[in-house]
Amino acid sequence: MTFPIVAAAAPFAPVDQEYLFEARQMQALSFAVHIPIVCFGIAFPAFVLMLEGFWLRTGDPLYRTIAKRWSKVMLALFAVGVVTGTILSFELGLLWPNFMAAFGEVFGLGFTLEAFSFFVEAIFIAIYVYGWDRLSPRAHFLSGIPVLLAGFTGSLMVLTVNAWMNNPGGFALEGGRVTDVRPLEALFGNEYLWHELIHMYLAGYIVAGFLTASVYAWGWLKGRRGRYERVALIVPLTVAALAAPVQIVVGDWAARSVAGEQPTKLAAFEGLYETEAGAPVHLGGWYDGDEIRYGIPLPRLLSLLAFHDPNARVAGLEEVPADERPPVNVVRVAFQTMVGIGFLLAAIGAVYLLVWLRRKQLPRSAWFYRAVVAAGPLSVVALIAGWVTTEVGRQPWVVYGHMRTEAAVTGASGIPVGYASLVLVYAGLLAATVWILRRLARAPVDVQPGPAGVAPLVAGAARPQAGERE
Amino acid sequence: MTVAEAPLLLMLVGLAAYAVLGGADFGAAFWQLGARGERGAALREHAYRAMGPVWEANHVWLVFVLVICWTAYPEAFASIFSTLTVPLFVAALGIILRGTAYAVHAGTAREIERRMIDAVFSLSSILTPFALGTAVGAIASGRVPVGNARGDLVTSWLNPSSLAIGVLAVATGAYIAAVYLAGDARRAGDRELTAAFRLRALAAGIGTGGIAFAALIVVALDAGRVGERLLEWPALATVAASGAAGVLTLALVRRSRFEAARYCASGAVASVVAGWALAQRPQLLPGLTVAEAAAGRPTLIATVVGVALGGLVLIPSLAILFGLVLRGRFDPETATETLAPRLRPSPARRVSLLGVAIALGAVGLLLVLIFDGGALLIAGVIALLGFVALASLAIVSARTATGCRTKW
Repeated sequence: MTFPIVAAAAPFAPVDQEYLFEARQMQALSFAVHIPIVCFGIAFPAFVLMLEGFWLRTGDPLYRTIAKRWSKVMLALFAVGVVTGTILSFELGLLWPNFMAAFGEVFGLGFTLEAFSFFVEAIFIAIYVYGWDRLSPRAHFLSGIPVLLAGFTGSLMVLTVNAWMNNPGGFALEGGRVTDVRPLEALFGNEYLWHELIHMYLAGYIVAGFLTASVYAWGWLKGRRGRYERVALIVPLTVAALAAPVQIVVGDWAARSVAGEQPTKLAAFEGLYETEAGAPVHLGGWYDGDEIRYGIPLPRLLSLLAFHDPNARVAGLEEVPADERPPVNVVRVAFQTMVGIGFLLAAIGAVYLLVWLRRKQLPRSAWFYRAVVAAGPLSVVALIAGWVTTEVGRQPWVVYGHMRTEAAVTGASGIPVGYASLVLVYAGLLAATVWILRRLARAPVDVQPGPAGVAPLVAGAARPQAGERE
Repeated sequence: MTVAEAPLLLMLVGLAAYAVLGGADFGAAFWQLGARGERGAALREHAYRAMGPVWEANHVWLVFVLVICWTAYPEAFASIFSTLTVPLFVAALGIILRGTAYAVHAGTAREIERRMIDAVFSLSSILTPFALGTAVGAIASGRVPVGNARGDLVTSWLNPSSLAIGVLAVATGAYIAAVYLAGDARRAGDRELTAAFRLRALAAGIGTGGIAFAALIVVALDAGRVGERLLEWPALATVAASGAAGVLTLALVRRSRFEAARYCASGAVASVVAGWALAQRPQLLPGLTVAEAAAGRPTLIATVVGVALGGLVLIPSLAILFGLVLRGRFDPETATETLAPRLRPSPARRVSLLGVAIALGAVGLLLVLIFDGGALLIAGVIALLGFVALASLAIVSARTATGCRTKW
C-alpha cells in the first residue's frame, strides 16, 4: 500500500497521524507505570544496605531479617522495572520515529551510557539477592554498593535526555537537518540537568519511603506493633521525612531554572496570560483562556518564587503564538497538585521529626499513622503530577523550540489497537505486582537467633507483644 | 573497518550475546512447556533456578543493541521500528508478560496459580524470540525501506524469510538452553535431570540443525541480495563454521561433556549472526549503506569511547556474576549457615553525626536559596543531600538499637 504523494516526500517528513493523542497517551501510560518502580530502584538499595550495615555493626539479627526480606521485594520490583523500562525504549522507535531519526545522534549517547548502569544494576542486584548466606557478610554488603550507585547513574543518564528535550543544545540546524552535533555538550553541558536530577532522585526516596512506611503504618493501625514493624517503619519514614522538606528547597531551585529557560512553561504553571511585574499566584480555580477564575490570589508570589524578587517581571502566555502554548489547565492542576502534596508530605515529615526531638519517641496518635498510610499513594500522585507538569508543560514541542510533537509521530496505523492491548497487559501487570507483594509480605517472619553475645530478640518480636505496645 | 562501522560491530557483539544468553533464557522456558507431573515439576524448578540470577543481565543486551542503533544509525532505527511496528510491539508485550510471570512465579502456592503463571511464562518466551526473529528476517530480506513507516505493515514481517528466522530463533534458544541446563544439572549432581536435558539437547540439536538448514534455503531463495551472498565467501565460511560447531556440540553432548558443549553451542549461534552481517554488508537497509546511515563523527567516537569505558566496568562485573553462577555458588545446596558478622567496637564519636548533618543542612539551605547557579549552588545541593543521608543514619541508628528505650 503506497501513497504516491507520501512516497515523494522526504523519508522522515511529518505525517498525518489520526491518533496522535492516543500515541501520546500510550507513551504517558508506559511512563506512569515505570516511574514509581524507578523510585524503588533508586531508594530501596539504600534502605536495605542501611539495615545490613546496622547488622554488620551491631550483630542484631533483626536488621538482617528485614534487609533480606526487603531485598526479595527489591528484586521482584526490579524485574518489573526491567520490562517496563524496555517498553519505553521500544516506544521511542515505535511511536516517535521522526524524533529518533532526526535527533538520535544528539541525545542517544545518554541512553548508551544508561545501558551500562542498567547492566551493573542487573548484575549486582542478582549477586546481592542470591548471595545471602553464600558470600561473606562483608562481601555481601559490598556487592550491594554498585546497585546503589547504578541507581544514581541510571537516573543521571536518563535525565540527561529529558533535560535535553526541555532545554536542547549541542547541535545546529541547517535546512531542517541536524548538523554539528556535540553530544557531550548536549547531555552534560546542560544547566537543566542538575535540578531535574536532584528533584527526581529525592522524589525516589520520598515515594519509596512513604510507600514502604505506609505498609507498616497500616500494620500499626491493625495492631502489629512489634520491634520488627517498628524498625521497618522507622527506616523508610525517617528518610522520607528528611527528604520531603529538602525537596521543597530543590523544587524552588527547579522553578527558578524553568523561569529562566522555559518562560512559557512557567506561565502555564500559574495560568499567567499577560506579562506583568509582581505577578501573583492563584490557588485553585480555573484558567479560562486569558485569566484565572475562582482562584485565591496571593499577590506577587509568582515573581517572588520564580526570581526571588517580588517585583520581577514574569513573561505571560501572550508572548508566544497560541499554537505554541501547552494545555494550560492540565499543567496548572498538575503543578498545584504536586506542590500541595509536597507541602503535606513535608508537614508529615516535620511532625515525625519534631515528636522525636521533643519526646524521643514515635508519635502516638492514630491520626499520624493514618496520615502516613495516605502519604504513600499521595506521594505517587505527586510524582506523576510532577512529570505531567514538566512533560505536558513542554508541549507542543518534543524538542523544545525545535520539533513539534506532531512532527515526530509514526505514520503506522493501528495505534488504538496497540494502546488497548497495552492497557490490558499493564492492568495484568499491576494486578500481578500487587499480588506478589502481598504474597511476599505474608511469608512468615523468621528471625534467626543472634550469635552469642548479642541480646536475643524478645520471642515472637515480629508479632504484637503486650509489653511492647504503648 | 571505518569509524562508521565500529558501532555496528558493537551492536553485533550485543546481538550475538543476546541471541546466546537471552536465547537460552527463552529456551529454558520452552522446556517448561508441557513438563508435567513430579518429574516435570523438578524440571521446571531447575529451569527457573538456572535463569534466576542471570536473566535480567542477559536481557540488557537487547537494550544495549537498541540504544547503540538509535545513537549511531538513527534513521535506520527509525525506519525499522516504524515499519516493523507489529512484530516489535508483540515482542514488547511478550517481554512484559514474561518479566511479570517470572517476578511472580516465586509467590505461587496453589497448583492452579502455578500452572497459569507457567503457561504465560512459556508462551511469552516463545512469542518474543519468534517476533524478534521475524523482524530480523524483514531487515535481512530488504523489506524495510528508509522512512517513517514506509514498509508494509504486514508483509514486511509475514513472509518466508521472516517466518524461517522466527522459527529458527525459537529453536536455537531451546537448543542452547538444553545444553546449558544439562551442564547445570550435572553440577548440582542431579543425574535424572542431567539425563533428561542431555536427551533434550541431542534432540533439539538435531532439530535445530534441520531447521537451520531449511531456513538457509528459504532465505537464499527469498531474501534477494542477502540470500545470494549468504552462500558466497565470506558469509559462507561462517555458515559452515556454524554447522561444524553444531555437529561438534552434538558429539560433546553425546559424551556428556557439557561445559565444552556450552561454549561450542554458543559459537554456533554467534556464527549465524556474523554470517548475516557479512552477507548484508555494506547495506543496512535498501538504498542505505552503513556509512550513509551513520551519525556524525563526534557521536560515533563518543559512542565507541563510551562503550569502551562502560566495558571496563561491565566485563569484570559479568565475570564475577557468571563466575559465581558457573561455580555453583548460587545453587541451593551451597547455602551455608548464616555467618555472624565480625563486630568491631564502634569508635567513640567526638562529634555527633546529627550535629554534622544539621550543620550541612543549614549551609545547604542558605546556598541553594541564595545562588541561581554555579559551583556554590551545586555545593549547597550536595550539602542538602548529605544532610538527608547523615541525619537518616543518625536518627535510624538511635531509634532502632536493641537497647534503646524508645517506644511507639
